[in-house]
Amino acid sequence: MISRPRIIPTLLLDEGKLVKTQKFKKPHYLGDPLNAIKIFNEKGVDELCILDISATKANRAPDFDILKRMAEEAFMPLSYGGGITTIEQARQLFYIGFEKVVINTSLIENPRLVKEIIDIYGSQSVIASIDYRKKWGKQRCYIRGGRKQTKYSLKELCEYAENQGVGEILLYSIERDGMSVGYDINVISEIAEKLHIPLIACGGASKLEDIKAVLEEGKATAVAAGSLFVYYGKKKAVLINYPDESILLKYGIYKEET
Amino acid sequence: MIVILDYDIGNIGSIKNILCKIGAKDVKISRDKNDILNAQKLILPGVGAFDAGIKKLRQYDLPELIYECAYERHTPILGICLGMQMLGNNSEEGDCEGLKLIDFSCKRFPDDIDYKVPHMGWDYVQIIDDKNLLFKNLVDKQRYYFVHSYYAECENKENILMTCEYGKISFAAAVSKENIYGMQFHPEKSHLYGMNLLRNFIWEC
Repeated sequence: MISRPRIIPTLLLDEGKLVKTQKFKKPHYLGDPLNAIKIFNEKGVDELCILDISATKANRAPDFDILKRMAEEAFMPLSYGGGITTIEQARQLFYIGFEKVVINTSLIENPRLVKEIIDIYGSQSVIASIDYRKKWGKQRCYIRGGRKQTKYSLKELCEYAENQGVGEILLYSIERDGMSVGYDINVISEIAEKLHIPLIACGGASKLEDIKAVLEEGKATAVAAGSLFVYYGKKKAVLINYPDESILLKYGIYKEET
Repeated sequence: MIVILDYDIGNIGSIKNILCKIGAKDVKISRDKNDILNAQKLILPGVGAFDAGIKKLRQYDLPELIYECAYERHTPILGICLGMQMLGNNSEEGDCEGLKLIDFSCKRFPDDIDYKVPHMGWDYVQIIDDKNLLFKNLVDKQRYYFVHSYYAECENKENILMTCEYGKISFAAAVSKENIYGMQFHPEKSHLYGMNLLRNFIWEC
């Protein structure tokens, strides 16, 4: 039985550099992504999610060179998103050592691709990343790094993604991204209750209590976080960090295995 | 030589990476007949859908080579995730027949609002056959990374090496029959826990 919900550091790549954004804007340089991967590997993180935020904008394919080097340093599951537009790119990603592809723009602009990846590689190999924010009082979904609004409401797109057969949904709050204000618990729990597939909450984590809250009240299956694992302290010093198992047990995020 | 079967479907890179990390020498990714027949160990990776996997194996004429390794040469063979599922008879995921090297069928996890499908994440296992060489020197509880929507149901208890529980289902997390082994989880993505198992597979089995 899963007594260890997944806690997933999310690393953002911008032209090959590790960055952190706020509300999907103002990428702040953090350092070398390979270094971050090595540190997370040493700390035994559950899983890593790597998102290239410049690929779709530049109409560029994934940077396989750097991704291959990352995969060689990581002995935990890896997912990658950013600029995936062909089945060959997906095949290449799985070949070099990624377990899952994260699809955002292609979910809307190329549904046939999503279906093809699922048919060949299985639904567990696809994470639908759904980026949302409130506009005119309603939660709306965005693609292309939050730049283009879609016609879908949040509920509609989550339902659509689940019907397409994706393995899980990464629910990303644009407003809370990098703001360290806690997860969007009300919205997350509303969506989580209706889904039959796992939901990964993302956006806003500032402390371990936030993680506990989104798992319990938010009913998220797993959590992703950026700022929490790359910054430290009020002054936001760059420090790659990840909580120890004993701390997670102490906070009640992990339960004792009976 | 350790051969990782290349049939276009699998995270071959991850497996090669971890084998190199644990010090395995002479690891080759291949679907060449000579490489496979002369391998000291054979690994069947797999990330994907059952029928897609079986069809690809057939496309490259691999089933016959796998049988020769299994039955004539007694090569230790390890199937990982989909690779393990294909060692069985069939799967609810598809229509093709499996390799039938071990007597089990794959079923889909039932829909359960508290236990979402796929079963995805780190989970503890119960070791059933602790005398097996795969478990030499393993202490403490073992946990591995699982990613699957279908699970194996064995016909014979003696083929079950490890079990895991998810919701109301207790399934075979690892199986074996003589020189054939299968792991439903991903040892190549399970940090030190996976490294220990792979070390035993390479040097003890």
